[in-house]
Amino acid sequence: MLTQSTSADKADASARLSQYRAGKAGSTGLAGTEHVSGDRDKDGYWIACVARIRESGDEAAFAELFRHFAPRVKAFLMKSGADETLAEECAQEVMATLWQKAGLFDPARASVATWIFTIARNRRIDALRRQRRPEPEDLPWGPEPEPDQAEVLGLQQDSERLGEALAGLPEKQRVLIERAYFGDLSHSEIADETGLPLGTIKSRIRLALERLRHAMN
Amino acid sequence: MTKIEHHLTDSLLMGYAAGILPEAFSLVVAAHVSLCDECRARLGEFETVGGSVLDRCGTADMSDGALAATMSRIARDGARAPAAAEATRRRRSRGIFPAPLQGYVGGDAEAVRWRAVGGGVRQAILPTSKEATVRLLHIPAGAAVPDHGHRGTELTLVLQGAFRDESARFGRGDIEIADEHLEHTPVAEEGEDCICLAATDAPLRFNALIPRIAQPFLRI
Repeated sequence: MLTQSTSADKADASARLSQYRAGKAGSTGLAGTEHVSGDRDKDGYWIACVARIRESGDEAAFAELFRHFAPRVKAFLMKSGADETLAEECAQEVMATLWQKAGLFDPARASVATWIFTIARNRRIDALRRQRRPEPEDLPWGPEPEPDQAEVLGLQQDSERLGEALAGLPEKQRVLIERAYFGDLSHSEIADETGLPLGTIKSRIRLALERLRHAMN
Repeated sequence: MTKIEHHLTDSLLMGYAAGILPEAFSLVVAAHVSLCDECRARLGEFETVGGSVLDRCGTADMSDGALAATMSRIARDGARAPAAAEATRRRRSRGIFPAPLQGYVGGDAEAVRWRAVGGGVRQAILPTSKEATVRLLHIPAGAAVPDHGHRGTELTLVLQGAFRDESARFGRGDIEIADEHLEHTPVAEEGEDCICLAATDAPLRFNALIPRIAQPFLRI
């Protein structure tokens, strides 16, 4: 396991969760909300934006998400080998999918950034590799109308810790992990099924995963 | 269901989360994750790594009017899909094949178009991209799968019954990961025919003469 949830940062996390609940209750207007420039530490804010899209088709909330995530999705796709035109087109499609699937987002199972990553990855497989993407079948339950707050908080903290651990990796290891996620490495380049002495790339990826795991425990 | 003992490796889960596996391997991973809560949780962690990579990969300016264009796209695609309606359409399999596999077969086990490959063993190759192949294998209870070694990697997921080889027993949900160093002779357990989903990124090499001659015709 990479992550093991422990609690820390409770006060900050509670503040963010109350933003989420406020968003769900529809009692705060996003138009008047301060524009958010941070990223990993603001997931509660993005969760609230997704909730407002789901609850009331809130275009202002969508605009906030779009301003933050669309340029990141576009950069991600360009690093994955898409030219600018294709990356722009796909980034718009990814954001449209976010709107359409807002009702399926479960903040107890993924951060908003992680959820958007999976949508962008699937779009990349379809557009760049022209392959189908077999997805696991759904869990028997869907997103809860009122997700368990402790689970949401635990997941946010784990995601933040993992982000910090990734940022703290030695550069050569971090770059390889990023290249794998940009689709710039093949599976056979990272495959480590044998337990035999490994080449440089495989060794670095294994070390990186060990460090991430260590940071999470 | 008995407990799943044999799981996916980190590199397969990371490769699936990153979207870099051949389609045939992705199908086996998706089928295993459908049956295995432990690997589903580990997959969630590798997807979280992807979220962090997305978050810190920098930005590329969107074109002027990109937001308006996206809103038009949403309106054109039928606006918002209501959450409740989406939830009722969640994919769940009631048969022995997990939902992603049913998507390739067009149904459950009874929908498979089997071809005999000798020794009572039947197979059905599923259509995927060419870097790797995936097939269903039906092995009569007590029968041996032809003795073979491997080039590249082979993933075998048990969907019904069980098999044993020299190293271990594999039951429903278990995945065996074999590489070129494994020479093994899997045998289906008595009692129930064994159905497996097997993917490989290289042609199998059979040790016996006859299967080796037959190999090009079987496409395995």
